[in-house]
Amino acid sequence: MSTPSEASRATPRETTEGTVYTVTGGDWDEVAAGAAKSDDERIIVNMGPQHPSTHGVLRLILEIDGETVTEARCGIGYLHTGIEKNLEYRTWTQGTTFVTRMDYLTPFFNETAYCLAVEKLLGITDQVPDRASVIRVMLMELNRLSSHLVCIATGGMELGATTIMIYGFRDRELILDIYELITGLRMNHAYIRPGGLAQDLPPGAVDQVRAFVKKMRRNIVEYDKLATGNPVFKGRMEGIGYLDLAGCMATGATGPIVRSAGLPHDLRKTQPYCGYENYDFEVPTADTCDAYGRFLIRLEEMRQSLRIVEQCLDRLEPGPVMVADKKIAWPAQLALGPDGLGNSLDHIKKIMGTSMEALIHHFKLVTEGFRVPPGQTYTAVESPKGELGVHAVSDGGTRPYRVHFRDPSFTNLQAMAAMCEGGQVADVIVAVASIDPVMGGVDR
Amino acid sequence: MSEPKNPETPDRPDEAVPAQRADTGEVIGTRHGMFGANNGGDTSGYGGLVRSVRMPGASARPYGGPGDGGTSRSSGVESGGGGAYGEFDEVADELEGALDEQGLVPENVIEKTVVDRGEITFHIGREYLPAVARTLRDDPALRFELCTGVSGVHYPGDKGRELHAVYHLRSITHNRLIRLEVSAPDADPHVPSLVGVYPTNDWHERETYDFFGLVFDGHPALTRIMMPDDWQGFPQRKDYPLGGIPVEYKGARIPAPDQRRSYT
Repeated sequence: MSTPSEASRATPRETTEGTVYTVTGGDWDEVAAGAAKSDDERIIVNMGPQHPSTHGVLRLILEIDGETVTEARCGIGYLHTGIEKNLEYRTWTQGTTFVTRMDYLTPFFNETAYCLAVEKLLGITDQVPDRASVIRVMLMELNRLSSHLVCIATGGMELGATTIMIYGFRDRELILDIYELITGLRMNHAYIRPGGLAQDLPPGAVDQVRAFVKKMRRNIVEYDKLATGNPVFKGRMEGIGYLDLAGCMATGATGPIVRSAGLPHDLRKTQPYCGYENYDFEVPTADTCDAYGRFLIRLEEMRQSLRIVEQCLDRLEPGPVMVADKKIAWPAQLALGPDGLGNSLDHIKKIMGTSMEALIHHFKLVTEGFRVPPGQTYTAVESPKGELGVHAVSDGGTRPYRVHFRDPSFTNLQAMAAMCEGGQVADVIVAVASIDPVMGGVDR
Repeated sequence: MSEPKNPETPDRPDEAVPAQRADTGEVIGTRHGMFGANNGGDTSGYGGLVRSVRMPGASARPYGGPGDGGTSRSSGVESGGGGAYGEFDEVADELEGALDEQGLVPENVIEKTVVDRGEITFHIGREYLPAVARTLRDDPALRFELCTGVSGVHYPGDKGRELHAVYHLRSITHNRLIRLEVSAPDADPHVPSLVGVYPTNDWHERETYDFFGLVFDGHPALTRIMMPDDWQGFPQRKDYPLGGIPVEYKGARIPAPDQRRSYT
């Protein structure tokens, strides 16, 4: 006589590894009683891969002694989609549609890092128009805001602070509206292309971004008011997820984690790209090495990003958004027709009606793509999570020979063991949230 | 593609000069035809085309570097070695000096040095990799504190050196970036692990093992990380079948992506 609700409760199963309980919540008494009966105190808890507080399909394997975590390991790979392999069967331009899906919260960083690598292989880094670089910077900084907002929002939710989650997603929505206006999509944009951008900013975009900056400056104060000085929030975050500078260097942790250990390492300052050397902004740091420090850094970085976005708006000059080389830039400009976004009618008229050569050129460029001289490059950008590096290899063909993404989430997640072992089970959630891993980027 | 600018046509901009066809660089493979067809189905006339795939070859001193005025940044075709002493020479000098002190012969350790597109690559004999990495990390004049992991590349045409492991090292102290590259044959896919020097390589080496089958000797727990534990084969190798199912459409069959015709 097992009702569905009973069937889902913790029933012990004997395996070669010992007694196994499947816990679904609300049945802790049975687990605790079972654990008390067992002769050794060593319990291994599998958290995830389907767990609301593990940031997607991350599996945490925790060995616990009472409430203390004695050993912590990650199981990853549940979201592996073979993007790097897929890239090898598409043209260099088509690659942007794949890389944008890696870390799906930072699509513009993936696209920019990839495109910078392709441009370096092509040797056209200097030819990318200024307007394209300014728009790239603007979108990346908006993206830094939206990524940090998700981090703070979900991190707060995992502590039980649902208000901060509502605030975070409310403000992120404003940014997604801007993305939608500019690229047509809320995520998976493929807007940044080797050589520049897919198209120019639409009318009204500058005004909307300006209005957003104004609004966001007011909203950002609410996070400070709600969380920064909140004793419960601080109590949960301070001293948790501790990783000092030596630990960061050893585990390769970058981004807010290394900056929370006091090192102002930011590729935008040390190895500027896209003209970041011309923008005025600060790199915030903390000396607490903990989750609270990382929270403060993210909050301050959001303010700095707003500064950069404003500077971008002031810098925008009319001009092309794609390199002049017709062997790389697609001949068509996208235009909005009655049936949606597509090739401009003028271009269709030209290739279908007047110029067969233009049609051949269009067809060859779109289906075959362009050839990239053989060689390899490593190009890195500072994503919200840390150093996002692209190792791209070309063999002179029209498709990438090998593209490897050094995703910061992947590398930073290794620090989880160092941050969690010896701490409480409840603090594992806070530590992982402070790493801000996105499994799309970890597993690729 | 490491041909220097043609000295006879100094006035022409780089872009106007067709790609050099001189026998420079290092051959890593051969391409036949234009469209990937190799069963006689190519009637385009391009079927007889044979081209060798050449990666940038070894560079001569001086290597130049970021401080030398940005040589070869815009042309992309031209090899590095801008003709001026630069940051890369400093790194190479310090590395060679430090290896000398340890009783190693730099010429044996560093197989070749490639400067291309403003980046320097040291090709290291695989048995020397941990010693070189430790030197690069600890020597005060080098101080490459941060390793950004390892990336595998499979060159089936590069006989005897099919599998490459590529490491990028970043010095925060000196704000530099260099690349180390080691190779192993398909028959003996072993490379010493760098986890002892850079613990961050733990997962990166597992990933490279998972996808390329490169065995990192000395890794504490070299297991698959992305693919299921019982997976057979190494998916990122170039000869790994994609396993696509031919799709039938009105009697015609569309082959799997790796068997389709494509521009080569």
